Amino acid sequence: MLRLFEQAGRGAVQSLDEAGYAGSLLGESLFWTFFGRRWRQPVRLDTVLEQMKLGGIDALPITTMLAAAIGIMLAVQSLYTLKIFGAESFVHVGISLAITREFSPLIIGILMAGRSGSALAAKISTMTINQEVDALRAIGINPVRYLVAPSLIAMLIMLPMLTMWCNLVSMTAAGFYVSADTGISLAAYALNTIDVLTPSDLLHGLGKSALFAMLIVIIGALNGSLVRGGSEGVGLATTRAVVHSSSAIIITDMFFGFIMTQ
Amino acid sequence: MTAIELHNEGAEMAGPIAGAPVIEVRGLDAHYGETQVLHGIDLTVAASEIMVIMGSSGSGKTTLLRHLIGLEKPTAGTLKLLGEELDSLGAIDTIKLRRQIGVAFQGGALFSSMSVMENIKLPLREHTRLNETTMDIMARMKLEVVNLAGFGDLMPAELSGGMLKRAAVARAIVMDPKLLFFDEPSAGLDPVVSAALDELILRLRDAMQITVVVVTHEVESALNIADRITILDSGRIVEVDTPEAIRNSQNPRVHNLLNRKSEEKVLDPDEYLRRLTGARAG
Repeated sequence: MLRLFEQAGRGAVQSLDEAGYAGSLLGESLFWTFFGRRWRQPVRLDTVLEQMKLGGIDALPITTMLAAAIGIMLAVQSLYTLKIFGAESFVHVGISLAITREFSPLIIGILMAGRSGSALAAKISTMTINQEVDALRAIGINPVRYLVAPSLIAMLIMLPMLTMWCNLVSMTAAGFYVSADTGISLAAYALNTIDVLTPSDLLHGLGKSALFAMLIVIIGALNGSLVRGGSEGVGLATTRAVVHSSSAIIITDMFFGFIMTQ
Repeated sequence: MTAIELHNEGAEMAGPIAGAPVIEVRGLDAHYGETQVLHGIDLTVAASEIMVIMGSSGSGKTTLLRHLIGLEKPTAGTLKLLGEELDSLGAIDTIKLRRQIGVAFQGGALFSSMSVMENIKLPLREHTRLNETTMDIMARMKLEVVNLAGFGDLMPAELSGGMLKRAAVARAIVMDPKLLFFDEPSAGLDPVVSAALDELILRLRDAMQITVVVVTHEVESALNIADRITILDSGRIVEVDTPEAIRNSQNPRVHNLLNRKSEEKVLDPDEYLRRLTGARAG
């Protein structure tokens, strides 16, 4: 029994320790982003652009495919449900609000957690094990400025942009399905959708995606830098990063949705 | 290093004062968790000296090196490099100090995603405003110094163990440091390559008037290159002297290390039983 309490206590202390470290990673990243240039330690634009390409542009094909699938899936389910009440003509309301406020940021967030979050954790953990992070510090390069800040900036730009892209593709795909199923023209469907959507719906989704971007990078960097052991440790760190960031995204999504709709 | 430490910006970094020690360590204690790994280390290294820190595995020599290059913070004691007390430096001054220091890590620690040339140019790219052509020329010069001319376009994974270490040296000296640290330069190398690396260390010291600290457990290499040798055992300094004096030392622990004899520990049966059963003392 005593051992159980001891383990729980150790776990709680470790979690608090990790939360504190995550906070310091975020603080340092923001510090170097805004004040690095003043001390001739800027976050390199070419590294940010490279990360934007890796995390954003290269993810466009899979994002487009998933977005189209989500749009069609939502159209199928919404039409099925609304047909029960004979309210198919309101299908655009549910689809557009669900996509912009919920599905786009959530699906893109989880996709990026698996893609970019795991890549960042694998990169930092491998570099830590190979003493490359020590080498950076020995050379006089702050590892947070060099490794974490560029990923954070890139993700903060690309995740909302991918979310916007996902909105567009999903709603277009849903429009095609609804048009084929109900006979309503695609143009009429688009006009109805534009009528329903307000800027606050789009901002709601974009705000979430910015929050998710921060979670993905900080959790990836945290797990990468806390790596222990050899290649097995890299695998564990990567898995932990994906599981933790996906869970954090879903839980944050719930709280965000609750707070913003009160 | 945290952002909060950024308070000393503006203070100019002083170079070493002539005649003053380049490294000054006083009463340094270090812990990993609850285990104390270094006990009251006192050490000074003079300018242009080659100091070799020797000890068996687990003696604390790598931990001492990590403290000397500022990768770990001591739990007690003071550490001065090039006249600057590490503990009192802010983040920016620490970065300035590190520009004057080169480190060649045990496995090279080259960035695997960059070519050898890009690795060597990284400190220049981050700390200077030199143009690409000048950086290329400087990197090629350093590759020549370590006998790796023509290998700049290779990736680290394509280099042999000895070449990796020489490339790491090229990166360590690209900013013309005043102080150069080597972690186990001979580890994993055959005797011929190891001797060539020893030659390189001596050549660098003579050509650049650089102060060198080498951490190794290779006796022959240590005796060949050192001006003075520090012997560490169980986190304590046993002896600091010239290679000749170390070779003739009557200290049994130094004798054992030089002759590669393991120290027989007298086993307390009660303590042994406690260790096996995991029972707590007392």
